[in-house]
Amino acid sequence: MNYLRGAFKPACNISITFTDGKNRKQVPVKKDNGQMVMNPLFHSQETIAGKVCIEPYQGKKVEHNGVKVELLGQIEMYFDRGNFYDFTSLVRELDVPGEIYENKAYPFEFPTVEMPYETYNGVNVRLRYVLKVTVTRGYAGSIVEYQDFVVRNYSPLPPINNSIKVRSKLSQFPGSLSLFILNPFALKPLLASDMLNSFGPLLDVQMEVGIEDCLHIEFEYNKSKYHLKDVILGKVYFLLVRIKIKNMDLEIRRRESTGAGANTHVETETLAKFELMDGAPVRGESIPVRLFLTPYDLTPTHKNINNKFSVKYYLNLVLVDEEDRRYFKQQEITLYRLKDESS
Amino acid sequence: MRRLAGVEDEEKWLAEGIAGIQHNAFFMHRALDANNLREVLKYSALMLSELRTSKLSPQKYYDLYMRAFDELRQLEVFFKDESRHGLPVVDLYELVQHAGNILPRMYLLCTVGSVYIKSKQAPSKDVLKDLVEMCRGVQHPIRGLFLRSYLAQVSRDKLPEIGSEYEGDANTVMDAVEFVLQNFTEMNKLWVRIQHQGPGTVREKQEKERNELRDLVGKNLHVLGQIEGVDLEMYKETVLPRVLEQVVNCKDELAQYYLMECIIQVFPDEYHLQTLETLLAACTQLMPTVDTKIVLTQLMDRLSNYAASSPDVLHEFLQVEAFAKLSNAIGKVIDTQIEMPIVGAMTLFVSLLTFTLRVHPDRLDYVDQILGACVVKLSSVPKLEDARAMKQVVALLSAPLEKYNDIVTALTLSNYPRVMDHLDDGTNKVMAMLIIQSIMKNNSCISTADKVEVLFELIKGLIKDLDGTDTEELDEEDFQEEQNSVARLIHMLDNEEPEEMLKIICVVRKHLMTGGTRRLPFTVPPLVFSALRLVRQLDSQGGDITGEEVSATPRKIFQILNQTIEVLSSVPCPELALRLYLQCAEAASDCDLEPAAYEFFTQAFILYEEEIADSKAQVTAIHLIIGTLQRINVFGVENRDTLTHKATGYSARLLKKPDQCRAVYACSHLFWVDDIDGIKDGERALLCLRRALRIANAAQQMANATRGSSGPVTLFVEILNKYIYFYEKGNPHITPSDIQSLIELINTEMQSDDNGNRRIHSDPFFTSTLRYIRFQKQKGGVIGDKYDLIKL
Repeated sequence: MNYLRGAFKPACNISITFTDGKNRKQVPVKKDNGQMVMNPLFHSQETIAGKVCIEPYQGKKVEHNGVKVELLGQIEMYFDRGNFYDFTSLVRELDVPGEIYENKAYPFEFPTVEMPYETYNGVNVRLRYVLKVTVTRGYAGSIVEYQDFVVRNYSPLPPINNSIKVRSKLSQFPGSLSLFILNPFALKPLLASDMLNSFGPLLDVQMEVGIEDCLHIEFEYNKSKYHLKDVILGKVYFLLVRIKIKNMDLEIRRRESTGAGANTHVETETLAKFELMDGAPVRGESIPVRLFLTPYDLTPTHKNINNKFSVKYYLNLVLVDEEDRRYFKQQEITLYRLKDESS
Repeated sequence: MRRLAGVEDEEKWLAEGIAGIQHNAFFMHRALDANNLREVLKYSALMLSELRTSKLSPQKYYDLYMRAFDELRQLEVFFKDESRHGLPVVDLYELVQHAGNILPRMYLLCTVGSVYIKSKQAPSKDVLKDLVEMCRGVQHPIRGLFLRSYLAQVSRDKLPEIGSEYEGDANTVMDAVEFVLQNFTEMNKLWVRIQHQGPGTVREKQEKERNELRDLVGKNLHVLGQIEGVDLEMYKETVLPRVLEQVVNCKDELAQYYLMECIIQVFPDEYHLQTLETLLAACTQLMPTVDTKIVLTQLMDRLSNYAASSPDVLHEFLQVEAFAKLSNAIGKVIDTQIEMPIVGAMTLFVSLLTFTLRVHPDRLDYVDQILGACVVKLSSVPKLEDARAMKQVVALLSAPLEKYNDIVTALTLSNYPRVMDHLDDGTNKVMAMLIIQSIMKNNSCISTADKVEVLFELIKGLIKDLDGTDTEELDEEDFQEEQNSVARLIHMLDNEEPEEMLKIICVVRKHLMTGGTRRLPFTVPPLVFSALRLVRQLDSQGGDITGEEVSATPRKIFQILNQTIEVLSSVPCPELALRLYLQCAEAASDCDLEPAAYEFFTQAFILYEEEIADSKAQVTAIHLIIGTLQRINVFGVENRDTLTHKATGYSARLLKKPDQCRAVYACSHLFWVDDIDGIKDGERALLCLRRALRIANAAQQMANATRGSSGPVTLFVEILNKYIYFYEKGNPHITPSDIQSLIELINTEMQSDDNGNRRIHSDPFFTSTLRYIRFQKQKGGVIGDKYDLIKL
């Protein structure tokens, strides 16, 4: 391989550096192979400037039909791997066709680039920003070099941020799916597919009645929109408890949907499982909720990014009874990145 | 799961748990040494996860908890030292809350919280409030109880109480109280909840387990009691109402009982006194199955002790009308708790009485009131049968006796006898004995007829057979002891005033006469002697009373006595009656009442003739008669002759010759009384002696005839002594030659025996008699001169 590679070794080494590269904040990004690498962080409307250095290897010259640098915003669907959809594409020509004999540096600048979307690495989709340098050659194939960078965008404080209050009392909402019960045996780790299934046919009428008579709860989260370093506060109030509850967890679930229409693909992950209560409460008991979001790897909520994908977050309140039956109730929350965060 | 598991399984689980803790603690220690915060948190959380087990009983869980507790102390030291982990405590406070499982999270949070308070970077009240709130997440009873008790423990020295470094600014003692109250409330709820878990079949085991856990809950009340700065006002307005609210609302028997007990024990007496109303109101709201009586009893005991501790506090009791409140509360409790056994009610009354006696020793009406309530309660139930209840009633009745040391006080309590009426016969007797013992112990003298009447009404169980008593079952010894006590009691009835004393005697007599044949022999003698004492008293006061229009004359008393003793003779108990007659006769003689004395003698003789058949008894009786008769000097010649003649006659008719002989020579004294004005009929005395000699002789011969032996010469020696006596006293009819010949006779008798052998002077009595004579001779003087005439 080495020998082969030697044969096809590119004639030069291309490096891309950012103007403020040394001072710019770096954030870890997981690459395809699972390794973490540090990439510089940018925000929308920033000027992205730097330098492209082309260093021909000893004694070689590089003939080319021009050198250009592109700034690309790409969305890649994993079911359609290798096929990138560019939603942003800016180009700077760096050199006219000619030959490079010695190291040559080309400064470039993309002023106030509009980068509306954040970098995102999901289960089925990836959104990335990259600088692409191309040394165009006719016969030997172009030499291409990429430099990834990360984009994060701050949101302002949401003007309206109501608390979430839910009163789960089935007798009041006979038609609604306020509480779900899942097959206790199928569900040790709650899987995304099970979740989906549960949204309909699996729901057992009998069970619903059973729940109606045995478990009424009311719960409240202090907000509906949280920033990423926020803390969820709330409480769960037990109005009626006739089943022996073993424990109660609060889960943070991410629902990533890709594609559109009939091709929509939904993937749900549980990112956090946080035990709120241990043991069986009695009627009238109220259990405090305090969940710090810091330790979890969350992103802001993304809504219909370029018609390609959406990322939504849910708080899932799960009650497990002594026979390992699970009762849950799920609420969507909006996550956003707050400006004065350190990252 | 746990419920069905055996002890061995539990041991195994405990061992596993301990191993888990040790394992993770090891790694935690390594991380601590390396000051690696992340690792420390990771392994401490893992270690604490062992406490999430549901398999252990409270006791075993406690073992596990204690292991973890020790480890947490080291963790706390680490948290305290910011230089080791490099994080401000406020960040640490957030960081530990990232733990996914609630139980480890809460233990860590409490640990950091205590460090947080200590650092004073946050007001202690805020941290405490946060901790006690967050602990709500643990709803499992046992795990929750232990968690909260951990919280209580780590926060104990950080409460913002008065004098604490955490007090001040916005942190007041009120916050401390609030915190403890809240923790207490939650713990109690958890504790009560245990019973609702698991099937009913393990109820008993659960109760046991709950009992083991109760001190965790009670600890909070102890802390409340210890918080510096909880003054009466705060206790009254906040602490007590809140605690009681929890107690009443939890509607759990075990908890209510235990917590009431705790409240009473941990808070100061004066607080109880000032909040009596509230406390008592709560008592009446407890579950019907709660043993309210013990609670109330304890309360009253404490208050009693408090009252006894210092006389200065007594006015406080008066101020709050403690008695009325307690009395009301008890009334209510007894009324509402219908199932309460009678023993319970009685215990309550005893406590209330003890309290009253301590606090209001001067209020006899209170005591009577309590006894009255007791009567009402007792009347509402059928005959008292419960032994324990009976014991309580006895205690109830004994308490005033002990307190006042004086039965007289008790006798003024109108309800006292009514309570006694409800006792069964056995207990009634015990109580009567107690009363008597009390009288004896305190030497209290009952001095009016009215009181005597009441007293005898009280002890009537001893005085007479009550209805339905089976006398067969009585233990003879007990019976005797009882009757002896009654006899002793009679001597305690005394009054200087003869009038009243007579009344007393009449009352006593009236009661005693109902006693039946078995009791009379015991009770009549003291009565007789008591009356005789009165007689003597009257006599010594002189004759100015006699003849006047007063009832207390000796004559009258003797009439009464006569009737009294007569009863005895019909019992039948003739020997005793005879003795008493003779006693009376002597007393009558001292009073110069010849007819009375003669009457008594007559009675005695009649008894002798008609009732005393036993020869031994006859001997005793005749000697008594002779002895008494000899001492009596009231009789005129004629009466005396009659009586002495009778006595001599009876003496001579005794069955055995030696007895005859002895009686006859004793009779000689009837004719020669060595007094200044005594009768001195020397001739008849000599006649008696001669007759005695004859009888002795006859006896000797009879013995020879029947047994072939002349027998001892004792009788002769005895007669000889009588001779010597009269000779010495100057009876002119006794001559020295009489004595000399008698001595010779004795010598001869002693020398001759069936084999004709000489016998040595072996009779010691005779020898010493002779020695006496010699001695008198040597002594000389008037008497010695007389003896000189006797030749030995």
